[in-house]
Amino acid sequence: MTVGSEIGQAFIVCIAAIFTQNILLAYFLGLCPFIGVSREIRAAFGLGLAVIFVLTCTTLLNWLAYHYVLVPLGLEFFRFILFIIIIAAFVQFVEMVIERYSPFLYQQLGVFLPLITVNCAILGAALFMVIRDYTFIVTIGYGLGSGIGWFLAIMAMAGIRQKLANDRIPRGLQGPGITLMIAGLMALAFIGFAGVLQGQ
Amino acid sequence: MNPAAGGAGARNIAMQGLWRDNPIFRQVLGICSTLAVTNLVLNTVVMCVALVFTVSLSSATVSALRAYTPRNIRMMVETLIIAFYVIIVDVVLGAYWPSMRANLGPYVGLIITNCIVMGRCEAYGNANPPGGAFLDGFFNSLGYTFILLIVATFREILGMGSFMGMAMPFFSGPGWDRWIIMVMPPGAFFMLGVVVWVFRWIQQSREEPQK
Repeated sequence: MTVGSEIGQAFIVCIAAIFTQNILLAYFLGLCPFIGVSREIRAAFGLGLAVIFVLTCTTLLNWLAYHYVLVPLGLEFFRFILFIIIIAAFVQFVEMVIERYSPFLYQQLGVFLPLITVNCAILGAALFMVIRDYTFIVTIGYGLGSGIGWFLAIMAMAGIRQKLANDRIPRGLQGPGITLMIAGLMALAFIGFAGVLQGQ
Repeated sequence: MNPAAGGAGARNIAMQGLWRDNPIFRQVLGICSTLAVTNLVLNTVVMCVALVFTVSLSSATVSALRAYTPRNIRMMVETLIIAFYVIIVDVVLGAYWPSMRANLGPYVGLIITNCIVMGRCEAYGNANPPGGAFLDGFFNSLGYTFILLIVATFREILGMGSFMGMAMPFFSGPGWDRWIIMVMPPGAFFMLGVVVWVFRWIQQSREEPQK
């Protein structure tokens, strides 16, 4: 495959990961923080940004580690441990860097970074990238798209939940119950994008 | 969480895990990696067996090693212990049931980041003896399993007209329009939302008279 067609494919994969194959609404990854942190928009925004950044970078790092270390050594089954270590180390590293150089950003994102290590979306994206056999350039599109998709979903949910705060909801349905149902409606809406990418 | 041990303690742990602190409708933890496979009952069963295995053994291992683990790196150690058991599941599944492994895709690996595993290790395994930790993990994941089986049963019957792959008498017939939406992602969200609602409602209506 030429570089040009790969970039084209990366673009398609990116759009698909944002809309039709949204990592949260179609693959249920990163649901726990999605339900826990979507109560207010500010927090959702911070976490969403952190996820975009970490997801894009770690997916690329994991691609390199998988194809240049594990595959030559024949240790593919070891990938779970390697991926999780890379993710944890990267998050720790980023936390230290922004704490040192950008106190403002640290204030905004600091509390969310440790949460990200256990966000299934990050590990999930890395595992999907292996299963689907993406090339390096396509992986860039995939990581970025997945992050943006997650960001969009949590922002939309936070906006809806802030409106819901004053509504009367049956007691058993408050909190997680209603959040899941709204997520269902959002997933339904996102399926509507399926026609956009008929070609792939 | 609960310091009791022995016979009465074991019953208490079981009640906590299955009902009072049920991982799904009380704590809402760890749905990520499993909700995706609830479109077929068989997939759900395999996934939940893997989860029960991982949670109980890793919680017991964390508990057995708790005296030797330095506090500041304990999260990392716990993650590695969990990953160790998940790799066992993955390799065994790949050797004996490759088609199932392909069905489950990345979700077996995602048990590592399933919050319920880490949650049990942190909340119970870290401070209690291995036997109790094993039981605690076992019953918590069982509480998790039974809710997901309810979700999966409804999804497969309504959406595919079958149960464990066998055609159901009424739902696979011409008199029933299959609810395709139930086997698609939105169906999982709706179904889980309804299940959480029903169980919380039962729990709340039981608690009220006692007050």
